[in-house]
This record gives sequence, structure tokens and C-alpha cells, in this order.
Amino acid sequence: MPRLLRRDLVCQQAVELVTAYLEGALSRRQRRRFEAHLRGCPNCSAYLEQIRVTIALVGRVEPEDLDPEARRDLTDLYRRWRGGSAGGDTHGAGDGGNGGNEP
Amino acid sequence: MGRAVLLRCGAVETDVELLGRLRGGDEEAFVALVTRYQGSLLRVARSIVPTSAVAEEVVQDTWMGVVRGIDSFEGRSSLKTWLFRILVNRARSAGARERPTAPLDPGGPSVDPARFDGGGAWKEPVAPWTDDTDARLDAATLGPVLRAALDELPDRQRQVVTLRDVEGLSSEDACAVLGISAGNQRILLHRGRARLRTVLEPRLGRP
Repeated sequence: MPRLLRRDLVCQQAVELVTAYLEGALSRRQRRRFEAHLRGCPNCSAYLEQIRVTIALVGRVEPEDLDPEARRDLTDLYRRWRGGSAGGDTHGAGDGGNGGNEP
Repeated sequence: MGRAVLLRCGAVETDVELLGRLRGGDEEAFVALVTRYQGSLLRVARSIVPTSAVAEEVVQDTWMGVVRGIDSFEGRSSLKTWLFRILVNRARSAGARERPTAPLDPGGPSVDPARFDGGGAWKEPVAPWTDDTDARLDAATLGPVLRAALDELPDRQRQVVTLRDVEGLSSEDACAVLGISAGNQRILLHRGRARLRTVLEPRLGRP
């Protein structure tokens, strides 16, 4: 029986199911078919593993560091958005929230 | 001042704590949030708009939206997802890379059909990347390669892969941020990942 299932799915079809498999989006029957194929197919197993490694590596792409100048610019803008005068007490929690801060 | 200094001595503040302080108009909380999320916001903005300059404007605009709309954040999604939603809306109105007529999905297989024989089986064995790869998996070397490869993906694939695999959003959150269906999201993710794998293959396959 498993042999029949495996023959059901060829490699070229199996690779198109990899993402749905990893997302848990295959039906139970599809998943069984896919896993049966993997058990008999070192190539597709290697392919799946390569996709996993790819995902892990993409997750390691670091954002560029925020340069201090950009941070200063944003802090200046923040003061303007808040509508207050720059450099004052920034902890004045009672000064009107977000309602009327026209520039 | 005293409160901020005290808080900084403790553990890293959560988003919720920082938001609470931001609601009170605390500039240090704003700076802390900017430090935490600016890189991610720029990256996602860059996946939508054509230039870094536009991306920076869009991100700045997003922060303004955050400061002015802070009271509308209800905490039903994570702060990151909320930020991305504001960002994507603003990025799209600022001018997306994509042409309005660009097809959602080019169709076709995600692996080059030439790799398979007439019966649909691999022609050549697929070489595992495992084990001794740690030196080769060096993020410093592969970072620029992956960044360039991401940049060359079709727009929607790049956006989905950036949100899912770079920023680590759930599929649900990525769909909400981009306003696409789960099925579409999965197709775009599938093609994007397959393309990135192809770019890595010559570098990580057996020598």
C-alpha cells in the first residue's frame, strides 16, 4: 500500500507542496501522501531540508543599525508632533494627548 | 526624568510599558520604540516603495501616525503588526514599486522543470546542505547575498517573505498587514522561498 501512495506523487509535484506542508495547510490525506513520498525519496527530503535552512538564514538577515543622526531627527520631529516647545519637560502627561497638536 | 532612569535600570521594557509611557507623552519611550522598530520598519517599507529615500519618508510618516494615533491601538494585535499595518497603508499611498497591472502570481512551477525527468523525478540527486555548513552559513557572508536576492523577488513575494521569514510574523498577521488571502499568501511565500533557495544552492551545495 505505501508503495502505491508513493507512486501517486512524483517529485515535481511534491516540491510544490513543501510550503503548504510547512504551514500545516495540507489536508490529512495530502499530508500522508507527501510524507510517504518523503520517506521513499532522499532527494525531496533534502529539498525540504534546504527550504528549512533557507528560512532560517533569511531570518538572520539583520536590519541596518539606526544611525544616531536619524534618531536625533526623529526625536526633533517627535517634539514638533507633540506640539510643545523643544527641549522642555517631556513628562508633562497632562498636556492634551493627541487631540490638538497642530504644528 | 527620575522615572525613566529608574525604569532603564530594570529589565528591558515591554512594548506595552513603552506604549503606556508614550501615551503620557514620554519622549524617552518614543526613542526606545524607534530604536526597537526602525530597522524593521525601514526593511518592510523598502520592500514596498522604490527607493530608500521614499522608505525613510514613509517610516517617518508612520511614526507620526503612531504618535497621533496611539489611542487607537487596542492591543488586539502585537505592536509590531499594528506598526506594519500603518506602514503598509502609508507606503502604498506613497507609491508602491509595483505596477497596478502586475499579475498577482506569475504561475508556473517553483522549481525549474529542467531539473526533472519525463516522469517528474529529479534528474540529478539533490545534495544536502547539512553539517559542515556552519562556516559557510556565516551570516556576514550570506547577509548581502540574501538581501540582494530578496530585493530581486517580484514585489508581492518580497513583501510576504519579508514579513514572514525576515520579521517573523504569523501567516495570519502577514495576511492582515498586506490585505491578502491566506491562499495567496502561501503561494507568494512558496515562490519566494523557492527562489531564495535557488540563489543559495550554488553557495551551500557540496563543492
